[in-house]
Amino acid sequence: MQDKTDKIELSHGSGGRKTQELIRTVFQKNYSNIILDQMLDAALFEIKGTKLAFSTDSFVINPIFFPGGDIGKLAVYGTVNDLAVSGAKPYYMSVGMILEEGFSIDDLRRIADSMALAANHAKVQIVTGDTKVVEKGSVDKIFINTSAIGIIPSHIHLHPANICPGDVIIVSGQFGEHGLVIKTRRQEFAFDTPIESDCASLLPLTQSLLAYGNKLRCMRDITRGGVATTLNELAEQSSLTFKIEENLLPVSPVVKGACKMLGMDPLYLANEGKLVAIVAPDSAEDILHRLHCLEKGKNASIIGRVERELPGMVIIKTSLGGQRILPMLEGDPLPRLC
Amino acid sequence: MFNNIGRESPNYIQYLLKAIWAIKIPIRIMEVCGTHTMAIARSGMKQVLPDWITLLSGPGCPVCVTDETDIDLACALADLPNVILASYGDMMRVPGTDGSLMSSRLNGADIRVIYSSNDALRLAVEKPSCEIVLLSVGFETTAPTTAITIETVVKEEIKNFSVLSLHKAVPPILRFLLLDPELSIDAFLLPGHVCTITGADAFNFIAKDYSRPCVVAGFEPVDILEAIFMVLLQQQLQQPTIEIQYQAVRKKGNVIARKYVEKYFHLVDCTWRGIGIVPLSGYAMRDAFGGLDARKKYDLPVPLVKNTHCVCGDILKGRKEPIECALFATRCNPASPVGPCMISEEGSCAASFLQIQKGK
Repeated sequence: MQDKTDKIELSHGSGGRKTQELIRTVFQKNYSNIILDQMLDAALFEIKGTKLAFSTDSFVINPIFFPGGDIGKLAVYGTVNDLAVSGAKPYYMSVGMILEEGFSIDDLRRIADSMALAANHAKVQIVTGDTKVVEKGSVDKIFINTSAIGIIPSHIHLHPANICPGDVIIVSGQFGEHGLVIKTRRQEFAFDTPIESDCASLLPLTQSLLAYGNKLRCMRDITRGGVATTLNELAEQSSLTFKIEENLLPVSPVVKGACKMLGMDPLYLANEGKLVAIVAPDSAEDILHRLHCLEKGKNASIIGRVERELPGMVIIKTSLGGQRILPMLEGDPLPRLC
Repeated sequence: MFNNIGRESPNYIQYLLKAIWAIKIPIRIMEVCGTHTMAIARSGMKQVLPDWITLLSGPGCPVCVTDETDIDLACALADLPNVILASYGDMMRVPGTDGSLMSSRLNGADIRVIYSSNDALRLAVEKPSCEIVLLSVGFETTAPTTAITIETVVKEEIKNFSVLSLHKAVPPILRFLLLDPELSIDAFLLPGHVCTITGADAFNFIAKDYSRPCVVAGFEPVDILEAIFMVLLQQQLQQPTIEIQYQAVRKKGNVIARKYVEKYFHLVDCTWRGIGIVPLSGYAMRDAFGGLDARKKYDLPVPLVKNTHCVCGDILKGRKEPIECALFATRCNPASPVGPCMISEEGSCAASFLQIQKGK
């Protein structure tokens, strides 16, 4: 009865449980080392006393232009954000492009302009790159890979191992917009939503929060797999329970409504400009206030707390007063008919 | 009924729960609709209800009750050269006797995920050299939109489009369950969306012939709680009837939508996964539109029926618990489901499986 296959499925790239399995069983098994095995958003290491963060990401999004951004803006901010939530300030970036034969040079110019603007905004320099062109049909228009390196202040040690029972879980704003924009702009969807992707640099938020030192335990940017998957990763890596409350979740009425219509859950939709921060309870209100003062953090909310009782699990307290386990994304989020 | 304290009040849910707890009648209520099952599970409702109220998830998820042989048929269609199968997303992972649409796609079949029957129609127009087959599932709610799509296909003389209809009707399956003398269900929460089309009157037989209380319920947790309370009152007063909690529903339903369905479909005996053949419960295309019926248009293999030994039928009837099924948590599990109660992530068996995992 089971789908027995030794082939890659789309869900292996969804950022959820299957992606993790693939990384563990194929890549980590072969490349295992002390830095990779931390399995953080960026590789953290020291060279001659300087703490560095290094990260890479590939962008294969469809459509390549969407409300609130494009594949180029996403490719810069996606990698910048991986460094940002590690506590790093990014300095240099590489850009690798794979272009499909026949791709419009005007569109490529538009994407390069957008990347330059984003890099300028994040104060990161694009210092090296690579371009390949493949036969029509070999890729979907354009694929972009970016890598970046940045420096972490010596006193900053963000890590899931720092998380303690009693800590407070904060999200930096309303979530689900990016995932919904992408899904509704794909040609198979029959309706549009009046929302834009949240694609943005997290640096203003993360650099501001670093002032809280060890009161800031850990940060993650919420990307594929959504809030639910990010929290599951942190719960597993800290071996603690993450308990969140449905009533506290900041979800816009538009996202809520569209998700209801499509049978999707905003907790599993991708974001490209949101983070989750785990902070010490005595600094939580202060940190929330600091976030509220920043444009990209004005809708930040405390959504729950860290507990000890069910290690590695995320529990959601519903508005009815019940509780349920919030699992990691299992496959691609597909709309339900019922 | 609920005027003492308004629905907008933050205390309303507590008020409702208090009212429900005050009626101490052991009762087994089947929520027929898959969306109700999801709302109950997502809201953690079972934890806040008294333990003398048992909620059973019924056969109301059209995806879960799609028989293995129908999935096999869809896979066989998708494997045909030049055919694009247009399917709703949640059908992709449902296993047939040997693989799913997802595995067929991995093996090269052209299967596109659609969100409405019109998306399939658009595909047919955009790709005139391909044959588009709409894998059409759902109950009375989706059958009218399929019928309207077929109407467009007929009017515009689109030749590269056909339908594999797996549409099913809800009243016949409930009658089938009720005919079982060992049925252990005391009341029903009826599906709001289905009733907007059928009308509440289509379910009168449940109260009239089988003396079971029924309430047509909306989809918010608070709607379901209200409906449970209404069911309890009926049971307490021993006055089974059909009540409407979901305000969008009328007694007569949507006559126009039903006319579209009747024009293109007729009811035939149909196999429900885990349950078996249910008389006159499936919508087949009328002979006059045979050219648009994928079952007739293509030379398809006769499905190989296998006995899975799944007891989902008994679980749905409230006669057996998931743990009593020989396949439970062994051959049948959420990663590799056999029957409808395990396919739906909130079905009785999937929920029991999760409890076991949690307890480990």
